[in-house]
Amino acid sequence: MEVISFTAIAVGLIIGLGAIGACIGIGIMGSKYLEAAARQPELMGELQTKMFLLAGLIDAAFIIGTGIALWFATVNPFLAQIANLPK
Amino acid sequence: MAAQEHAAGHAPTAGEYIVHHLTHARNKEMTGVLDFTVVSWDSMFFSILLGVFGCFMLWLAARKATSGVPGRFQAAVEILVEMVDAQAKGIVHNATSRKLVAPLALTVFIWIFLLNAMDLLPVDLLPLIWEKIYGAMGGDPRHAYLRVVPTADLSVTMGLALGVLITCIFYNIKVKGLGGWGHELITAPFGSHPVLYPVNLLMQIIEFVAKTVSHGMRLFGNMYAGELIFLLIALMGGAWTLSATGVLLGIGHVVAGTVWALFHLIIITLQAFVFMMLTLVYIGQAHDKH
Repeated sequence: MEVISFTAIAVGLIIGLGAIGACIGIGIMGSKYLEAAARQPELMGELQTKMFLLAGLIDAAFIIGTGIALWFATVNPFLAQIANLPK
Repeated sequence: MAAQEHAAGHAPTAGEYIVHHLTHARNKEMTGVLDFTVVSWDSMFFSILLGVFGCFMLWLAARKATSGVPGRFQAAVEILVEMVDAQAKGIVHNATSRKLVAPLALTVFIWIFLLNAMDLLPVDLLPLIWEKIYGAMGGDPRHAYLRVVPTADLSVTMGLALGVLITCIFYNIKVKGLGGWGHELITAPFGSHPVLYPVNLLMQIIEFVAKTVSHGMRLFGNMYAGELIFLLIALMGGAWTLSATGVLLGIGHVVAGTVWALFHLIIITLQAFVFMMLTLVYIGQAHDKH
């Protein structure tokens, strides 16, 4: 029972903390892009390509964490470990 | 729908539904985290099928290419090829390497986009068809597993990332020579004092491992999380049809499904693009001297 409850808390922490980091990162990067586009509108297209690339990279760790957390939430591997413990 | 597939006579619980949809069609069970004797037939089948399909489409466009006014299909393929070529020219500065690397980047982009796009099919469509076929072939329909998104399989994405790693190592040796690359491994990034040799080698190994692992896991994480959320949305719709109360669940299912599918369209294109760009960047780094 405790394993399930701790796993649930862990899933929430993984997704929540990851989301904080990713959102702040995208916010900072997006604001810099908008600033740069306002200063030099002719570079907007190029910078947009690089911005999407960076968005993909920033989201990486967060989404890896979300994937692992959702895996814990649905097919809990810790329960399998309990089942395999020697009696 | 649910009653037919369970001879025991009970509809699957939410957990069972998700576990059923997350199980691969394998030749044997995995023993441990790393097991090279296990083959996932569904990932192999769909990745090979979509790879052949992508190559066939590009071949069709190239076969009937005219230098006059292009048709729409040729124009679309040209836009794609020009985009990849522009990125390759900007990142890999060696024209001889680009003869291999630019088509490699194009293949990676189109293949991964097609593999990711399998996530947009309705979650139960192909697995149900497979269940009928499997049942007709005499198997137990409850054990007819099928996962249609190959890039939601860690083996596939890590395989792609390992392919990129091998290409990087090949170009490192080709451009710098085996001795040159060996010297760089033990003297960069800190310096050429013999005391620093183990530290430099350790840092270089960590860099290669981190780049490859993050390359593969980024794509896997995005696709796995996307697939899982589609499954959860499908459960919302399933709960409405099975309970026939709470019509808001049904409406919520359609709205959430639409919103998530639109967002996922952006994600699959973006992840294919990011994978391609990182392929180019890593191979370009293999050409640089530290």
